[in-house]
Amino acid sequence: MTTDHAVDIDKHVRIYITVFVALMVLTIVTVAISRFHLPVPVAVSVALLVAIIKGSLVACYFMHLISEKKLIYAVLVLTAAFFIALLALPVLTVHDGFWIR
Amino acid sequence: MEIPYTVEIRRDTGLTNGKIGIWLFLASEVMLFGALFASYILIRTGAPTWPRGDTILNVPLATFNTIVLISSSVTMVMAWASLMRNRFGTFRLYMGATILLGGVFLVVKYFEYSHKFHDHLFPSTNNFLAIYFTLTGLHMLHVMGGMAVNAYFWGPGAKLWKTNPEWFTNRVEHSGLFWHFVDLVWIFLFPTLYLL
Repeated sequence: MTTDHAVDIDKHVRIYITVFVALMVLTIVTVAISRFHLPVPVAVSVALLVAIIKGSLVACYFMHLISEKKLIYAVLVLTAAFFIALLALPVLTVHDGFWIR
Repeated sequence: MEIPYTVEIRRDTGLTNGKIGIWLFLASEVMLFGALFASYILIRTGAPTWPRGDTILNVPLATFNTIVLISSSVTMVMAWASLMRNRFGTFRLYMGATILLGGVFLVVKYFEYSHKFHDHLFPSTNNFLAIYFTLTGLHMLHVMGGMAVNAYFWGPGAKLWKTNPEWFTNRVEHSGLFWHFVDLVWIFLFPTLYLL
């Protein structure tokens, strides 16, 4: 193992610890916000926003997505498109199936 | 015959086969949980009333489990970093801690479930509990699966370190990707089910 490589890993480890602290703080924030009993749309938006930030930290740093190969990004973009489509399906039902009218 | 591209990079993908394999698997997992999240949205938006999660579920226990799972993600990535630093003993410690934390998560979940059953709250009781047990149950199966793979790499699978350390490091990275995904799913399950 080269010295450069060892320094690089040491830098990574420091980032992991910082991300860990950030995730802990955000977990406390999520629980604290829920105690305010905000109106449902606001509560959902805030909770999802915090969850998206936490999820992004895990994906970017622990799963190394911040510096991955293009093919993996391509797979994930495709997955994200289908995932969004899947979540959008229930939203369409709110309009009582406008597509069959 | 040797398995190709376990360590060396394929020129067409720029990746090892294991790396692209685990990401394709995770993509299918996103769709699996995505389908259940979509069902949850459909059932919740279609219901005239919906209970707040914290009126039925135990938030302090779930918060504790969130901390446990996030900690296990850190120990998992530290296990991989230890191998990258050529420190096998430290790897064993971190990997052991990851498995142990996974076990703590399951024990807490056992107490949560048994408390619900004791109060006669079952998946058949109402839609909220149906979706709660389905989502957390499936997630729990993933925790068990991840623990089994990690235990293999902590125990018998670690023999590979002696003959091919680079391949072993890649394998640990891939099992780590699955473990972090399990953590990521919980990060969304926790507020969705317990806090909203």
